[in-house]
Amino acid sequence: MKAKLQKIMDDALARINASEQMETLNEIKVSFLGKKGELTSVLKSMKDVAPEDRPMVGQLVNDARNVIESKLEEKRAKFEKAALELKLQNETIDVTLPAKKPMVGHRHPNTKVLEEVKKIFVGMGYEVVEGPEVEYDYYNFEALNIPANHPAKDEQDTFYINSNILLRTQTSGVQVHEMEKGKLPIRMIAPGRVFRSDEVDATHSPSFHQIEGLVIDKNVTFADLKGTLEQFAMELFGPETKVKFRPHHFQFTEPSAEVDVSCFKCGGKGCRFCKGEGWIEILGCGMVHPNVLKMSGIDPEEYSGFAFGVGLERIALLKYEIDDMRLLYENDYRFLKQF
Amino acid sequence: MNTPLSWIKAYVPELDVTEQEYMDGMTLSGSKVETIENLGENLEKIVVGKINKIERHPDADKLVVCQVQITEEGEEVQIVTGAQNVLEGQLVPVVLDGGRVATNHDGEKVPGGVKIKKGKLRGVPSFGMMCSIVELGSSKDFYPDAVDGIYILSDNEAYKDAKIGSDVAEVLGLRDTVVEYEITSNRVDCFGVLGLAREAAATFRKPFVPPVIKVTGNDENASDYISVDVQDTDLCSRYIARVVKNIKIGPSPEWMQRRLANAGIRPINNLVDITNYVMEELGQPMHAYDLSTVEGNKIVVRRANDGETFTTLDGQERNVDSSMLMICDENKAIGIAGIMGGENSMITDEVQTVLFEAACFDGTNIRHTGKKLGMRTDAQAKFEKDLDPNTAEEAINRACQLIEELGVGEVVGGMVDVYPVKRGPKYIDFTPDRINQLLGTDIDEATMLSYFEKIDLGYDADKKQVIVPSWRQDLECMADLAEEVARFYGYDKIPVSLPSGQATAGKISFKASIEDIARDVAEQFGFNESMNYSFESPKVFDKLLIDENDKVRETVTIMNPLGEDYSIMRTLPLNGMLSSLSTNFNHRNKNVRLYEIANIYVPKALPLTELPDERTQFSLGMYGEGDFFTMKGVVEEFLEKCGLKKLITYNPKAGKNFLHPGRQAEIIYDGVVVGYLGEVHPVVAQNYSIKDRVNVAVIDMPEIVSRATFDVKYQGVAKFPSVTRDISLMMKKEVMVGEIEEVIRKCGGKLLESYHLFDIYEGSQIAEGYKSVAYSISFKASDRTLEDKDVTPVMEKIVKTLEGMGIEQRK
Repeated sequence: MKAKLQKIMDDALARINASEQMETLNEIKVSFLGKKGELTSVLKSMKDVAPEDRPMVGQLVNDARNVIESKLEEKRAKFEKAALELKLQNETIDVTLPAKKPMVGHRHPNTKVLEEVKKIFVGMGYEVVEGPEVEYDYYNFEALNIPANHPAKDEQDTFYINSNILLRTQTSGVQVHEMEKGKLPIRMIAPGRVFRSDEVDATHSPSFHQIEGLVIDKNVTFADLKGTLEQFAMELFGPETKVKFRPHHFQFTEPSAEVDVSCFKCGGKGCRFCKGEGWIEILGCGMVHPNVLKMSGIDPEEYSGFAFGVGLERIALLKYEIDDMRLLYENDYRFLKQF
Repeated sequence: MNTPLSWIKAYVPELDVTEQEYMDGMTLSGSKVETIENLGENLEKIVVGKINKIERHPDADKLVVCQVQITEEGEEVQIVTGAQNVLEGQLVPVVLDGGRVATNHDGEKVPGGVKIKKGKLRGVPSFGMMCSIVELGSSKDFYPDAVDGIYILSDNEAYKDAKIGSDVAEVLGLRDTVVEYEITSNRVDCFGVLGLAREAAATFRKPFVPPVIKVTGNDENASDYISVDVQDTDLCSRYIARVVKNIKIGPSPEWMQRRLANAGIRPINNLVDITNYVMEELGQPMHAYDLSTVEGNKIVVRRANDGETFTTLDGQERNVDSSMLMICDENKAIGIAGIMGGENSMITDEVQTVLFEAACFDGTNIRHTGKKLGMRTDAQAKFEKDLDPNTAEEAINRACQLIEELGVGEVVGGMVDVYPVKRGPKYIDFTPDRINQLLGTDIDEATMLSYFEKIDLGYDADKKQVIVPSWRQDLECMADLAEEVARFYGYDKIPVSLPSGQATAGKISFKASIEDIARDVAEQFGFNESMNYSFESPKVFDKLLIDENDKVRETVTIMNPLGEDYSIMRTLPLNGMLSSLSTNFNHRNKNVRLYEIANIYVPKALPLTELPDERTQFSLGMYGEGDFFTMKGVVEEFLEKCGLKKLITYNPKAGKNFLHPGRQAEIIYDGVVVGYLGEVHPVVAQNYSIKDRVNVAVIDMPEIVSRATFDVKYQGVAKFPSVTRDISLMMKKEVMVGEIEEVIRKCGGKLLESYHLFDIYEGSQIAEGYKSVAYSISFKASDRTLEDKDVTPVMEKIVKTLEGMGIEQRK
């Protein structure tokens, strides 16, 4: 009996070893372990075995069964692994084929710069506000200490709608609107379109954007103005940026300054970009003129403040090395898609 | 303002800084240096040479061979030249071998100059070159005695004794630097060399030594020659006349010619040069009349008459009017005040007696007159800035002093001076604490006062007041004094801090955040942001087929536009959008999608009495891939992102002429039109030269901003499964699916979860003029699983209602 079982097992293992595909394993399983299988038939012939030997024979049959089953399983796993490997190999793709991207649009370079500027000032506690583009003469000039007939009015080449209403030449009028609200302290920036009657060329446009800034509080100093704009410049142009304040004149600030930053292309050594000067002018600023405060109902004895104005296009042209301002308003796809 | 550094140094003799230091120092104290030009920069190894011998060239008729002495010791070089104007014994500029001149053979300036090397001309060695005034980087304008060909130094009285071998650029005054400043409009005093010299002296802390102006004149009195009647004192705050007789016109001395030339002013003759010199030095324009042409020995300053014409000294006839101030004699006008004199009174070489005028005119009036006449003279440019009437007196005395010093004529004593309201100094309280408080500095009082002293501001220690002379009209209050302190203390030395007050919360407006959503959504759908001008041509309305009486034709119009094409403020964003798409189409860009967020300007009433309504428009435009429904998708996505959760409906009767009549719709939210979309009418597309279908959408942002919300409440996730029924319908082609959806919504009631159209078919399988539409409709309840008995009646109601509208269910 024992020898018979051994033979069955040897046969089974030999056939398992010799098998080359999954189907053969099933056949082997059926022919040995199936209902009519060889091992099953041994069990069936148990009644011929002496009762005292039955447990021992049963044990032997079970052992044989376990051995065959585990060998079958082992072989099956091997086949499965090989099959998977083959499948994966057949699924190899050319990874250098072009990528698939959704067609996503781009913001205008002006907007990109504006968003950066906004982020910097919002982070410093400034509110972003707006004002009208078609504006009263009073807000654009008079309330900014530029009385009627002042040459500064002519200098700005204003578009007039009538004697009293004009297209704003600067965003500075928004300062006045904010101050008139009477809520102090003020920390605001006001971006927006402004208009001057300049013919269109590579560096001029009759319509462009400015960002006005205004801070009014007790004890605001010129040192605060310097610190604020220095921080702004470093955040916008990089931490290495140096800032230079030069005396200048604006009707609505006193003292006034123009601000240069070290050229962010050459770091201040002088290059084609900064015309060899190492510095690039980026904005005008100053302490709010006491006349302006008074006109807007703020007591200059108690409050002081600073204001600044940045040309948005100027920064965009510099930052992205765009050599012709007209490109910003032509809206050519090949241009817009680069930002 | 262009000024030779040599002239500044004449008044700040101890000034000893490099060009770069000067440039930086002046810029940081407020006189911004724009450019510096070293006149003799490219002149190298050019010496005074003496032509000792001239011989004919053996092989060339047009060349001569010169032996030129180039050192006092007698060293000679041989130079071959084709110049026709050289003679033995002359002194000439000689470029030695290896030297440089400013221009090439064609007289064009070359960056870095042109190197001269020894060589052979037709076989004869030549060791350099003799040069013309042009090759020295200047011109006959500035050296009036220069002739064509070689500049003959020895023909000029000033150079005939020049040392042989010395640097020609030095001899000719070309070792000078011309500094161009950007002077701000408030600093009238710095439009003269003296003002700038004062600034330079203060900046570099060196003594300022201005010329001493002496009052000169004989025993006669000017009032015996002339009387002055200023009738319009509002436009002429001061008028001074002085008289010079026995005039001898001739060239001015070389030093004066050089200063003027290096400042860019052409020397003419002694009389003209003196007026120009004084204008440069003091910033005060003057005018000289031939006294013999002044009838009645009387000057009358009055406004012109309307319709009057006047011929200026450039020979042009000008139409003047009653807004303009004229200088007249008893009978006629002889000059346009502050702008240009008349042909009838101009100085000629025969002049005997000159009337000098130094006046102060109203800057605004001069500016307006110049603009009206289309004139822009140097004098006008100065007067426009509102000069100090006290400078007029200094200027006329300075001119007379120079007349006498240079022997141009005999100055008559005294002056006729009409100066009704005298301008004196101003007094500003000196409050050093407040100055420090404004600047954020800690500068002591004495230091501040030392700055003031350097720029000639006085100080009354008893009253603690700063005394501001009349030529510093810009200084009015503490803040102005603070700027003076800051400039000389150094803006760069002021400390750096941040505002220390009460903290404020940074934020952007709700409107701006909605605009950001619009940008995000547009870009997500492949649209690029564009920017167009706010003004455009009134012709765009015809281009867009807008009705004659449409309200959008009522525009805010610019009085002084750049041209008709930029004359109205847009009331529609479409022209900009279509023009940009057109540009792209012309450039053969494929599949272009653009958006813009910008204002239109809607007048409340015309003519404008109050500001127009500025309405921000979110406009989108595209051609190439995509259609009406692509655009509709963008619109709906945007509204959804803005928290507009109610139903969006579309009215196909949008009434837009510029859109395809069968492919347009108003976008309606909560009963309000918030915008429109559609395919651009083919005629309009053609008007913009776009040979493709164009789809646009315009959303009126104020309507969105007033309805948008970012409040989101969690609605729960369905616990019970939904039941879905499909329905296939047959209807006439004209029926809009929107009508079906309305029925589904109405009849679906509370149980309706969603519906979607999954098929639409027209064609051979169904009757002509009909279409088939299939919907999948889902129902659900929040408290149980729905059964047939719940859903069936609802479906029956839907079908029945549709049948009532002539829409049949396909079985």
